[in-house]
Order: sequence, then structure tokens, then C-alpha cells
Amino acid sequence: MNPQLTEDGRLRHLLTLDGLPRAILMQILDTAESFMDVGEREVKKVPILRGKSIFNLFFEPSTRTRTTFEIAAKRLSADVVNLNIATSSQTKGEAILDTVDNLAAMHADMFIVRHSQSGAAHFIARHVAPHISVINAGDGRHAHPTQGLLDMFTIRRFKGEFHNLTVAIVGDVLHSRVARSQIHALTTLGVPEVRVIGPKTLLPTGVEQMGVRVFHDMEAGLAGCDVIIMLRLQNERMKGALLPSAQEYFKFFGLTPEKLALAKPDAIVMHPGPMNRGVEIDSEVADGPQSVILPQVTYGIAVRMAVMALLAGTGNA
Amino acid sequence: MPASLPDVDPLIVRLAGAIAPTITPDTVIVGIHTGGVWVAERLHAMLKCSLPLGTLDISFYRDDFSRIGLHPQVKPSNLPFDLEGRDILLVDDVLHSGRTVRAAMNELFDYGRPASIRLAVLVDRGGRELPIRPDFTGLELDVPAHQNVNLSRLDDGHLTLSLA
Repeated sequence: MNPQLTEDGRLRHLLTLDGLPRAILMQILDTAESFMDVGEREVKKVPILRGKSIFNLFFEPSTRTRTTFEIAAKRLSADVVNLNIATSSQTKGEAILDTVDNLAAMHADMFIVRHSQSGAAHFIARHVAPHISVINAGDGRHAHPTQGLLDMFTIRRFKGEFHNLTVAIVGDVLHSRVARSQIHALTTLGVPEVRVIGPKTLLPTGVEQMGVRVFHDMEAGLAGCDVIIMLRLQNERMKGALLPSAQEYFKFFGLTPEKLALAKPDAIVMHPGPMNRGVEIDSEVADGPQSVILPQVTYGIAVRMAVMALLAGTGNA
Repeated sequence: MPASLPDVDPLIVRLAGAIAPTITPDTVIVGIHTGGVWVAERLHAMLKCSLPLGTLDISFYRDDFSRIGLHPQVKPSNLPFDLEGRDILLVDDVLHSGRTVRAAMNELFDYGRPASIRLAVLVDRGGRELPIRPDFTGLELDVPAHQNVNLSRLDDGHLTLSLA
């Protein structure tokens, strides 16, 4: 049984996009669409989560993801508490549960969890009382489901459909929880061709079993693509010599205007941020007319509002 | 109770006739999803309003969210005009408890401060739980609490009322 779903198949936690049915992904995207205008109203709020307490539990620092969750929660009229907990003070799993129990005793309704260890959000979700929901805001190399969802929302906004697309994910797939969430969502939503492009050292072994085509040559991989998703080169996570140098990487796998020209003329360029300009992406592309990197950030708020509203509704039912 | 409910089209014509003298250049018509939008579309065409039709989905303003969760098919609200100083004609298909209208008014005020809001309903079925009354009514019924009055739209656009 999928621990994210209730017995009657509604979303109870959002931990990973792996195994979530297409109907739920579409429900989240449709709900997000109806939240799109809230940011443009005179009063940028709807009252749906009034009186709910949401805790941002960030065991790993992230300014932007935390901020968009915070804005999303506030636009739903929830009360938000941000806790940035240094991982060094969290040595054992038990300490995490102590933190969670204490916050639950303060009548928390929802936890948004970011942690450098894969499975942290699942661990908390298994522990909390039935009325509390957990959203995974990134766990280790495992999953970052709201990023995956906002990427799907962006693709649907610009391309309309999924069934006729060729989507390439380029770069450090090995260390990327974002890529894993994207691949699950793209295949569930019926994208017929998902490609991963990168050097052998940065693609996980057996990635083909996720239903993707593998390219080690960027020129070949980009040909005919509708959507290009660039991944951040995770410098801070790379231990050992997986790459000769950032310059070398840019030469082969950095997205330049010349390489972008190999994709379809109306291809869009996405990036989950923060970008390493001149490493995985050229500034001319990042700021160019085919870039939808800033819209991704805006859409991320509506998508996170949708997930929170759906989870809060399920928890109370 | 009547065995069958009357045709919808004459009811809308009557409603439009009652509303017509009150229309000003600042009047905007706003329908509440889903049935209210169907009625509002008809009224908007008949009353020759110059401003575009507005639509509201009140799912994010419902007072029963904490009991039943989010409506499975939320539609975006669309108010393609500035509400400030406007005379709003709020339209719904069936008026029952009044809770939908309360939620709609709360939502409207998050877009701006209208000069006035009036309420037009196709059917007032009774059973109010809030101090809300329509300004224009197509049909008044006294329906027992366990029954529902529903407006549905056929594929050809024809509107029909039913009792269930």
C-alpha cells in the first residue's frame, strides 16, 4: 500500500511522485491552476487554511524552497513557523522524532520537511498522528515531489499536453532528487520520450529501467526536444573526481545557444535553480526568450498551495 | 410540491425583466460556479451588459472545508474587471442555506470594494440558515430539507430543473 494515500485513494502525505496515480497528479495540477490568480488580487489570500499551523522543518538549508512554501501557506491563510535545524545537532533519528513530537504538542497540522538524508520525510510521516500531513521538500538523493510537480505544471502551461512531447533532462542525474521526481511524473503523465543526457559518471547505473533513453552526447540527445530541463551541477555534493573541471563540463554539457538550436525551435528551457551560470547553462540561454526559469518559480507557489489545500482537506475528512 | 418543475427559459426571461430597470453602466454580472454561471451567461446576453461576465468558484471560501475537504473540481475564478465602485449582480442557480452566497461575498471583497451587491437566483427553495435574501427570484419553492433542486445543462445548452 502507498503510505501517501488514504484507504479510499486520496492524498494524505506528499513524499514522492513514485507510484502516485495520474489522476492525483492531474488533480494537483488543476487545483494549482485555480490558485494562479490569487497572487494578483488586491487581497493575495484565500481563507481555506485559516487556523491551521504549518511547520517548515528544514534540516538542510534552502532559502528559495522554504520561502515559496512559506508564501504558499500564507496565501492560504495558514500560520507558518520556520525552523532551520542544523543537521549537526540532529545526530540520531530519535532526535528528529523528539522535535516532531514537541511540535505536534503545539498543535501542528502539517510538516514540510527538508533533510539531507533520503527517507527522512517518510520516517516522520510514519510517526505522526492521523490528522497531521507531511510534505517532502527534498530528502537526500531521493525525491523532491513539489519541484517535480511545478515542472509538470510549467510544461503543461507552455506545451498544453504531455502525450506528444520529447523531454530531455540534462546533467547531474546521479545526485539529483529533482530528476528522479521529474522522471516519475513525466512517465506517469504519458510523455512518450524522456531522455537523460550526461556523462557516464553522473548518470545512475540502471537509469534505463526508469523508462528513459540515455545519451552521453548532448548534441544527439537534444535533437528534436520540446522541453530541456537543465540540472544544477551539484558541486557541493561531489566527492572524488567525477569530472575533470567545470570548464570541461560546460564544453560538453553546458547549454549554449548553439546546442539549444538543435532542439525544436519552440523548445522551452527549464532549471530548478539555483543556476551555475557558465557551468551547466550559458547566461545567454538562461536569460533568453526560450527560458521559462522564472515562471517556474512563480508557478511553484500555486503548486505548493494546491498540495497543501488538498492535504489539509484530506486530513480533516 | 409540483410533480414536475417548470421550464427554465421563461424563468430566466422573467428574471431578466425584473433586473433590466436596475442595470447601470457600472453593473457587472458575476455567476457562481457551476449552475450560477449558466444562468449568468443567459442574463448577461439578454441584459446587454457592456462589461464582461465574471465567474466565481467559491471552493476556497467554503465554511465546510474542514469537514469535507476540497471540492474535487475547482475552477479558477475569473473577474476580468476592477471591482472598485461597481454594482455587482451576483447570480446563483439555487438558493438554499445561503452559505454559498456568504462565501461568494467574502471572495468578492478580496478583489476590491464594490459599491453594492445584489443577488439574483433562478430558484429560491427555502431552508435558509443565514440572514441572506435574494433581490430577484425566478421561482419560489418550499422544498423539504432532504430533497435537492438541481439545475443541469444538456449537450445542446438547454437548461433543466429537477427535484431529487
